[in-house]
Amino acid sequence: MVDRIAIQGKLPVGAIDTRASGWWAMIFVIFTEASLFAYLLFSYFYLAVQPHLPGTFPEGGMPSLMLALPNTFILLLSSVAVGWAQFNIEHDDNRHLVAGLGIGAALGMVFLVLQYFEWAGKPFGLTSSSYSSLYFTVTGFHMAHVVVGVIILWSLFAWSLMGYFNRVRYAHIHIGALYWHFVDAVWLVVFFTFYITPLLGVTS
Amino acid sequence: MSTIADYERAPTVAGEGAHPALAEKLGRVWEAKPGIAGWLSTVDHKDIGIRYIITAFAFLIAGGVEALIFRLQLAGPNLHLLTPEQYDQLFTVHGMTMIFLYAGPVLSGFSNYLWPLLLGARDMALPRLNALSYWIYLCAGIFLYAAFAFGFGPNVGWFNYVPLAARAYNNGPNIDFYSLGMIILGISTTVGAINFIVTFLRLRAPGMSINRVPILVWGTLTASAANIFAIPAVSLAFFLLWMDRNLGTHFFDVPTGGSALLWQHLFWMFGHPWVYAIVLPAMGMVSDGLPVFCRRPLVGYTVVALATVATMVLGFGVWVHHMFATGLPSVSLSFFSAASLIIAVPSAVGVFAWIATIWTGRPILTTAFLFFASFIVLFTIGGVSGYMTGSVPVDLQLTDTYFIVAHIHYVLIGINVFPVVGATYFWFPKFTGKMMDERLGRWNFWTMFIGFNLGFFPMHISGLLGMPRRVYTFADGMGWDWLNFITTLGSFVFAAGVLLFIINVMVSYRRGRTAGDNPWDAPTLEWATTSPPPPYNFVVIPTVASRHPLWEGRLGKSDSQERSTVSTGLVLDHGRETVGTTPLDAQPNIILKMPKDSYAPVILALTLTAIFTGLVLHLWWLAIAGALASGLDIIGWLWPEVALGETREPANG
Amino acid sequence: MKTARIVSPFLCVVVPFAPAQARAPLNYLFGYGDKAYPVVGLTWGVLIVSVLVILVISLLVAGAIWRRPGVAAQAPGSVLPLGQPEGGLDWIWIGVGISSVVLLASVVWTMVVIADTNSPATKPALTIEVTGQRWWWAVRYLSDDPSRVFVTANEIHIPTGPPIQFRLIGGDVIHSFWVPALSGKTDLIPGQTNETWMEARTPGIYRGQCTEYCGIEHAHMGLVVVAQSPNDFRKWYLRELQSPAPTTDGQVAAGMLNFNAHCGSCHAVRGTDAAGVLGPDLSHLMNRTTIAAGELPNDPADLAHFISDPQGVKPGILMQKPELSTNEMADILAYLKTLN
Repeated sequence: MVDRIAIQGKLPVGAIDTRASGWWAMIFVIFTEASLFAYLLFSYFYLAVQPHLPGTFPEGGMPSLMLALPNTFILLLSSVAVGWAQFNIEHDDNRHLVAGLGIGAALGMVFLVLQYFEWAGKPFGLTSSSYSSLYFTVTGFHMAHVVVGVIILWSLFAWSLMGYFNRVRYAHIHIGALYWHFVDAVWLVVFFTFYITPLLGVTS
Repeated sequence: MSTIADYERAPTVAGEGAHPALAEKLGRVWEAKPGIAGWLSTVDHKDIGIRYIITAFAFLIAGGVEALIFRLQLAGPNLHLLTPEQYDQLFTVHGMTMIFLYAGPVLSGFSNYLWPLLLGARDMALPRLNALSYWIYLCAGIFLYAAFAFGFGPNVGWFNYVPLAARAYNNGPNIDFYSLGMIILGISTTVGAINFIVTFLRLRAPGMSINRVPILVWGTLTASAANIFAIPAVSLAFFLLWMDRNLGTHFFDVPTGGSALLWQHLFWMFGHPWVYAIVLPAMGMVSDGLPVFCRRPLVGYTVVALATVATMVLGFGVWVHHMFATGLPSVSLSFFSAASLIIAVPSAVGVFAWIATIWTGRPILTTAFLFFASFIVLFTIGGVSGYMTGSVPVDLQLTDTYFIVAHIHYVLIGINVFPVVGATYFWFPKFTGKMMDERLGRWNFWTMFIGFNLGFFPMHISGLLGMPRRVYTFADGMGWDWLNFITTLGSFVFAAGVLLFIINVMVSYRRGRTAGDNPWDAPTLEWATTSPPPPYNFVVIPTVASRHPLWEGRLGKSDSQERSTVSTGLVLDHGRETVGTTPLDAQPNIILKMPKDSYAPVILALTLTAIFTGLVLHLWWLAIAGALASGLDIIGWLWPEVALGETREPANG
Repeated sequence: MKTARIVSPFLCVVVPFAPAQARAPLNYLFGYGDKAYPVVGLTWGVLIVSVLVILVISLLVAGAIWRRPGVAAQAPGSVLPLGQPEGGLDWIWIGVGISSVVLLASVVWTMVVIADTNSPATKPALTIEVTGQRWWWAVRYLSDDPSRVFVTANEIHIPTGPPIQFRLIGGDVIHSFWVPALSGKTDLIPGQTNETWMEARTPGIYRGQCTEYCGIEHAHMGLVVVAQSPNDFRKWYLRELQSPAPTTDGQVAAGMLNFNAHCGSCHAVRGTDAAGVLGPDLSHLMNRTTIAAGELPNDPADLAHFISDPQGVKPGILMQKPELSTNEMADILAYLKTLN
């Protein structure tokens, strides 16, 4: 009985791939944060179908894609960079791991800067209407997640530079990258909701 | 190039007596530091569990005293012991305390203490996160009660509907404290839930496949999974409200395109799953404890486990039944009414499983058994009053009357408090090594049972006679006078019963009979180690072959030939270690390095509280400082550690 | 024994209260109109099912515990025999099976009653608009003829027989409109208008209450529905449309002037200079059975008491103590007495 259930030989030790507890924890962090965004977008759609004066939802006309669309590509690109970084450490290439993380983090910061300009250029403020409150709050929540993600990426960058990881032990990279890809995926849904659904008819 | 083989080790398998110094070595490795240092930095799930339980009971008493005070005001018609303002704060804080600061945390406490022992592990999967969840809970409780202590506690009901909760009708800081305090609490509950789920998936003892875990584990797991998806709804609702009140946004205020019903939807999308989350683990405790006193395994383990999950899943689909009177289209009402009635089916599974276990078993009438058995009746009463309100036309008469107050107290006291008290009688010997006094236990039980029914059963009747809820006084000549008097009387008797419980706990802690490892001759793994357990729980990691390892070979012809091994197993003594196993079948696949004690969790709880304190007092510098400090703490916490096997260096063996 | 303790308070208290209206004006175990009857039936149905379930389960639990000689608690660590008898699962299948049938039947019956009570069988004779205020009810009788539209407060008269439509408008915070003998609750929510209906079979006074916590005086936000025969209702309606007759009494005239000056910024009396909308309309005040939103009977002593000390009667309401001399108060009371 003991022999049958007991170990055949050796077991790996430590935080290794998807056997690391932290990786599973991040999965559920993602589930709960995804739920948060689901409820934010529920609030958007719920308020969208309330009666509004024509032209007030969205306020100021259809939201401009001029900054938002390139910004989407920048965020996608940053995920590609981070994915490339993951690929590299899986092949023990620490130099390119560092490069990928740095590029990903930098692109994330570009996203933040562009979003700041988009915010500054809006014809409404936070307190104009329910639409404007939603716009800044939802994109604001996303921005906060990007800020956290950028800090994570720079931390991973530093730790990689210090040579902490190799092709077996790189759980931190795995976990941080998972968070970053999630933030990217959330942006796609937020972008679709705010910029595309009005074009599809979800307006006042 | 390194490969995974460079990081492997073949763990020893041995009997616990094989290395005499093993227990002593493990003790040194796992013990928390002494004194205040240890108190602040421990990550031991048992310490954290006890803290949760004690703190939760403190809130239970606070909430109970609040209720006794306003029951005096409601003992008769047109009384003037309390002003309406005082009443409004008392009934709101009572609800907030009981539902958020007692009911969830007490179950987290029991689960925290018991899970690793039930699962055959050395600790929870994320011990520092565990400590964090407690410290944040404590900070949230203090934050919320500080407001109440200074006279601006939340005052428009625990459900906090807008527009009453909006700035226009509630200009003081009351609702701001409530909103931000609840967000803090939500963080605690969420990280706790994550911990339970990861522990369930990764830390079960070898051989403990998912059809062998105790029902308490199913209950807490289900509640945790639900919380992951539900808590963001209420945290968001409170945050949006805080923004409306303080930054001038327009989510809930109607003239500018907001919606008052948006609050109700977000609140109840959380609120309904939450009420299942605060009873399913307690039902699991009964499902695990009752069979011990019936000398047989639980009838229908599989359907009970499935019913637990089904209840929680269906629980996400009924939230609108809190909103039947709001003017929704009848298609919507019909759907949610049907769902609210059908959700009674999995509950029925539990009730009949428990009855069958007693009927086909040989009951032993211990105090714990009395609480578990009476729970079945109280569950049924609470359940049928819920069934009645599930039908929309009936609900439109029952809602917002004392009938609902009766319902919620039968389900909360009946399905949470009674099992928790029973669970205390059951597991107190394991926590402390002492038995609780059985004679005092009898007095405790009957006083609580009689007092509870005397206090709350009449509310069904005053509700049917139309008495509205949330009223600070009522007129005479409405037919409610005697009913309210009896209710007040009964609630004091019930409180006396709770007092007897507290006395029994304190007296038994000092002078109870020695319990030994397994005073009840119970079947599950926690009874295979000492009472109280050593810091490392098990000297060797058991391997499990059935649901009732300690009853194997003794159940007669229906027993299988499989045998668990408890006194022989994996020796994991290279520092703090436990074994990680696969999610379904619990086959070992890694040796997990567990963290040492750390101050990072308590510091993070304080820095997070600083953020919200800054927000509530409009001290923006404090909020920002708190955020920066939190960030630094987290980076320090997560810094890759050699001893945890997070870096390229092999850990110490 | 356990069962009796649970059931007997229920029986002792409910049975003597039928007919319950007099002794428990807000009860809904008996209905008095077409919208109420199906619901009352369903309420009793699920109530009886519930009581039976409680009885059966309690008997089963009691039986399970005491069918064999009980074993008392043992010394810690003592080992008592174990077993795993067959047949346990049958309990679950049978119990859940019966429960499911009952639940399904309840679902079906519920759907039928929802359909029955969703809208009236015949066209409503009248539409009445109610707006929830803290802590009183603004009532407006609608009509196609603008000269037949009028405003009142807290007391709603309806003719017996035909269904009456209600449009419920959220004013300040959320309230809930409830007249238990005639209909279930419907909320008044800011930003939306909800519709409900009710019908009274026989004349009578039917009490109502706000049933959504609405702030400090939620406990005292009652209302009264007076159902009258169609003839009586017509007389009442015509009277409501009338302005007060001019008076020759010096005190009454002085009272009207004082009223308009001190009270007219919040209260209105149709056909006079008092046109405030912040507080209840007081036209034909003497025809109402209660004052202060159902809180006090409408008699001179209570009226005087309420006006001179509104915060004493309903602490927290928006009406402050009026600054009146004894003479001014007497004059106003004399004037109000003529509003019938």
